[in-house]
Amino acid sequence: MSVDEISLILDTAERMKEISERPVKKVPTLRGKTVVLFFYEPSTRTRTSFDIAAKRLSADSISLSGSTSSMVKGETLLDTARNLEAMKPDVIVLRHPSAGAPHILAKAVSASIINAGDGMHAHPTQALLDMLTVRQHKGCLAGLRIAIIGDIAHSRVARSDCEGFVKMGASVILCAPPTLIPKGIESYGVSVTFDMKEAIDGADVIMMLRIQKERQSGFFFPSEREYSRRYGLNREKLKSAKSDVLIMHPGPINRGLEISPDVADGPHSIILDQVTNGVAVRMALLYLVTGGTRNADSD
Amino acid sequence: MRTLIRGARVIDPGCPNVTKGGPMGGLLDVLIQDGRIADIQPEGVLNIPSGNDVWIYEADGHILTPGLIDMHVHFREPGQEYKETIATGCRAAAAGGFTAVCTMPNTCPVNDNGQITRFILSQAAEACGVRVYPAGAISKSLEGKSLSEFGELKDAGAVAVTDDGKPVMNSLMMRRAMEYAYGLGLTVISHCEDMQLAHGGAMNEGTIATRMGLPGIPNAAETVMVLRDIALCELTGARLHIAHVSTLESVRAIREAKRNGIPVTAETAPHYFTLTDDAVRDYSTHAKMNPPLRTQKDVDAVCEGLRDGTLDVIATDHAPHSPVEKDVEFDQAANGIVGLETSLALGLQLVESGVLSLAGLIEKMSTQPARILGLSSGLKIGAAADITVIDPDRIWTVDAGRFKSISRNTPFDGWALKGKAVLTIVNGTVVFDERLNT
Repeated sequence: MSVDEISLILDTAERMKEISERPVKKVPTLRGKTVVLFFYEPSTRTRTSFDIAAKRLSADSISLSGSTSSMVKGETLLDTARNLEAMKPDVIVLRHPSAGAPHILAKAVSASIINAGDGMHAHPTQALLDMLTVRQHKGCLAGLRIAIIGDIAHSRVARSDCEGFVKMGASVILCAPPTLIPKGIESYGVSVTFDMKEAIDGADVIMMLRIQKERQSGFFFPSEREYSRRYGLNREKLKSAKSDVLIMHPGPINRGLEISPDVADGPHSIILDQVTNGVAVRMALLYLVTGGTRNADSD
Repeated sequence: MRTLIRGARVIDPGCPNVTKGGPMGGLLDVLIQDGRIADIQPEGVLNIPSGNDVWIYEADGHILTPGLIDMHVHFREPGQEYKETIATGCRAAAAGGFTAVCTMPNTCPVNDNGQITRFILSQAAEACGVRVYPAGAISKSLEGKSLSEFGELKDAGAVAVTDDGKPVMNSLMMRRAMEYAYGLGLTVISHCEDMQLAHGGAMNEGTIATRMGLPGIPNAAETVMVLRDIALCELTGARLHIAHVSTLESVRAIREAKRNGIPVTAETAPHYFTLTDDAVRDYSTHAKMNPPLRTQKDVDAVCEGLRDGTLDVIATDHAPHSPVEKDVEFDQAANGIVGLETSLALGLQLVESGVLSLAGLIEKMSTQPARILGLSSGLKIGAAADITVIDPDRIWTVDAGRFKSISRNTPFDGWALKGKAVLTIVNGTVVFDERLNT
């Protein structure tokens, strides 16, 4: 995605926000369009967000999950895709545990594909809503210092955020124990530190990532206790941050592990703004990929 | 019936006298009678009147070498005949210039007993004539729990033992396997991979894996096992052959071991000196194999290892898979690519780039595999006539759709390559003649 494309999506999303604040939260823009929400992986936030976005634009949305789809009957992704294609959907939103799954789908079908998260690879709509949220609070993205702290190695959100924020002119610093920093991550044009103080110092935004408890079994860190002490965000550590720092988290939160409840719910937190903006960004994307020729805000 | 190959440039690294038989740079005629090499003389010296009992092949100055041997192939019979049978694998081998192959034991059922070995050999006897040398499994069902009966495997015709596809993770079992195989004169072929370090990775660990969001396999997953097996080789004195070397650190370890007189040999595959993990971009499952494609510094080290003799052999690790295993999500896709029909041309690129001499290439694709597996080879008068004729200048385009192999899983489809086997003879019988191949 180019800088212009990202800006277009964010600008479109800004205009979409207003629809969600009306008493009747629905416009007919995508009437007659079919949006398939194809979620091979469990997801509450992202799926609901896409579903609401589609409905607010009057598209017909259908939800398929890994457990209800033919995947459990042994059908391959390609076959499922071809069958879906035969029913003429306009957009397929795919969440899949395998990196690259949307590429397979995009090659096989003519419907537009929106990646709603693939393996550890990318979660572009999350990065877009993160950028939108920061832009709303800070006015712009260029020149900001964004600290992303947590399980970088297994995080598609971190990868997409690196890609997006760097492209928009922000500087990104990643922070985690070395076990959770993947090889070559610097190639995104980001810097890396193992010291949380250094990451927080001067940051305009602190993005905390969910730490999965299963990682302990892969020896990524010794215990939740130690992880929380070294890399968890609490009021004490926040003292060294800038006074207008923004605290973000893509969710779901492990309260008390990577972020303390008082910080998650505190005055710096814009975590719920992220969720609100998620709907706007996804409305913008659905509108843009289905052509977007008719003006969304004329309705 | 006699065969006369006229006007060939003869190269036999294992038997330099033959090559010197003619005037320097001169062409030779090779006469084959009753399946054996009857005579080799400077062009025109042999006075054979053409007639019904002699088939004359004009080599036109092309290269004639001892038959190429691929000591690492997976034919899927028994068990997965939809990917490759012994018959189709042998045809692919012949088309690639190979007169003999060594088949890995990870069939279904596994070749861990004499009955399966004999079955493979009986299927091979029905095939086009390419020689098939089965490798037996080190452990029963490749499970790493108990040893296969090496004695029975050897008596049935196995030439080596290996759990290829899986490592022998238990170091004590590997020690015993090497000792026991030593007593029987069997080569132990080791697939070097520490499964814990590999940690379910799907490609080489590094920037590209990180950018693609795929779990990576570090070089060390291979190298720690290479180092372990070298230590066990030193301990046991067994003949150890390390399969598909892909990393700089492995090359360095093997070089050091050889310097210390440890009887280890090693192979690499054409993709490890031709491609890097960059080929995986776009989630191409035809670039997914184990060990994974590495980086340019590893490619350079593999080339240097071939050049200085650290790596003895080029073998393909021919691993046929159907779209059922390959047209899926990258992390779900099977490992491996077919290689028999592209190996020689990719090897010739090393000659073109000056890494190997032509004789050096033939040594790694024929002389050394024969030596390591204890097979006879070479263009000696009276020896079995296993011969490959190569047109080194032929430009051709890889068309996977026309492979003799059932499977088409190659990252080289559409590549323009230079050099091709044009005639393959096993035991005096033509098994591939490029002119008849439409």
